[in-house]
Amino acid sequence: MNWPVIIPLIIFLASIFVVGFWSSKFLKRSDSFLQEYFLGSRELGGFILAMTMIATYGSASSFIGGPGIAYTQGLGWVLLAMAQVATGYFVLMVLGKKFAIYARKYKAITLVDFLKQRYQSKWVVLFSAFSIIIFLFSAMTAQWVGGARLIESLTGLSYTSALFIFAVAVLFYVIIGGFRAVALTDTIQGVVMVFGTLIILIGTIIAGGGITNIMQDLVAENPNLVTPFGLDGGLTPAYVSSFWILVGVGVVALPQVTVRAMSYKNAKAMHRALITGTIVVGFIMLGMHLIGVFARPILPGIEVADSVMPLITLEVLPPWLAGIVLAAPMAAIMSTVDSLLLLVSSTVVKDVYLNYIKPNAADKEVKKITIGTTSALGILVFMLALSPPDLLIWLNLFAFGGLEAAFIWPVIMGLYWQRGNKHGALASMIVGVASYILIHTFAPNLFGLHTVVFPIVLSFIFFVVVSLLTKPANEAVL
Amino acid sequence: MKGSFEQKNKPDIDPKDPRFKIAHREALIGVILVIINFAWWYGFAYGLGSKPVSEYTYIFGLPAWFFYSCVVGFLVMVVLVIIAVKGFFKEVPFEDEEGESK
Repeated sequence: MNWPVIIPLIIFLASIFVVGFWSSKFLKRSDSFLQEYFLGSRELGGFILAMTMIATYGSASSFIGGPGIAYTQGLGWVLLAMAQVATGYFVLMVLGKKFAIYARKYKAITLVDFLKQRYQSKWVVLFSAFSIIIFLFSAMTAQWVGGARLIESLTGLSYTSALFIFAVAVLFYVIIGGFRAVALTDTIQGVVMVFGTLIILIGTIIAGGGITNIMQDLVAENPNLVTPFGLDGGLTPAYVSSFWILVGVGVVALPQVTVRAMSYKNAKAMHRALITGTIVVGFIMLGMHLIGVFARPILPGIEVADSVMPLITLEVLPPWLAGIVLAAPMAAIMSTVDSLLLLVSSTVVKDVYLNYIKPNAADKEVKKITIGTTSALGILVFMLALSPPDLLIWLNLFAFGGLEAAFIWPVIMGLYWQRGNKHGALASMIVGVASYILIHTFAPNLFGLHTVVFPIVLSFIFFVVVSLLTKPANEAVL
Repeated sequence: MKGSFEQKNKPDIDPKDPRFKIAHREALIGVILVIINFAWWYGFAYGLGSKPVSEYTYIFGLPAWFFYSCVVGFLVMVVLVIIAVKGFFKEVPFEDEEGESK
């Protein structure tokens, strides 16, 4: 057992528990359980909003997977990762005030609530709830596996016990504290990520003998590592640019991100989050991926890309400091799964149960069902993560791109194009998801672009054409 | 499919709400910023990075294409976002009447 590494991790987990406990007090006080549990009563300030958006979005892929690929591909992958700077401002500027006003008018708590009121269609609600549950559930399971693997590699515990620790930690604060606990713990986790990135980056540069030295080593090994084109020239400009859609502007349609655009207190909070968010996301993405590249001359020959981050941290930092900063990838994974868990739970409870099964449930009953659903989902994810079925792994491949293709136009056009109607929305969602799965399976990276590009184009065409061919929506809901 | 579902708490949104004009302008600023961001990022990366590696110049140890595209590009975006938010964004209330959101 590696105690100097484990003790800071335990302290990190303990402080997260305290926040969960503290947040649960608001649930008792609040007069609307659903608003508080799933949206924190729309009271988020600027800093917390920025942090929870970034932490939710910056998942295991940016902390474990991303640096691992940067280690293999060189600076070209850092270039690709920098497309994510756009998420810092684009989401809040485009959804921005209009979405916040709509969400309040509609009394929307989830993305599906918004779509339901905007399009007034049962099928839009059912299809979107269904895609959220399927895709985010698989994404969540994949993240849990990542979290457990990380604990396993840091502590030397078995995979099952690592998963158990991870599950208990996340479930505890999500179940008792709801959205407020998730947002606050995201903030702690976000701060840990920023300082973690900074410390590991500095440590890596020092260990490599300075940036100039590291670059010389890379050129000596393979000059392609310092070009924008990747190890074997495979990162073409068209392919890398298409990531601006997948990880840049398309993020606007991810349900776990849009729900945060409903939760802020006022315009001031939104403005502050825009600035903070851009700075933090840019810094984390640049820093984390550079660490991956810089690690290469220091620790050559790492076979498993996912282990680059933990290994380089243990290599360049003293153990106690490594323990503190290794809480960062841990934090990244936790802050993503907690949001996904809450979102899937809100979809089941609010969008399915309260819409179609029992619309008049009393507040007390809603509370019981919500907490029951969240716990049941958590336990189910735990069981599945013990040995993830192939179907889940397959579905996870489409999780982000598929959700983007499904929701981007119903959300954006729902806000900015009044002529759009439910037929257009439904057609666009079905075409988006179906074409994503088909293109991914039969012709991935068509014309050298990432798979996400064509489904988004197709779903746009279907949204517009079908809306124009059918009768306009009811005036009053515009 | 029609019927009771569509009639429940029908929200009333006025498309001519003056706050939407502000919101539309800000969304447009977002789109313009992404275009600038992309052009800067793409221009420096592939403009300077397409040369043979032996002709690369380095700034603070990083290849010039990377330094301008990713490091300076990021800082430029931060400055532009600050200018946009401080200079062009207006604070508007999100609630219609007091206490409506609760």
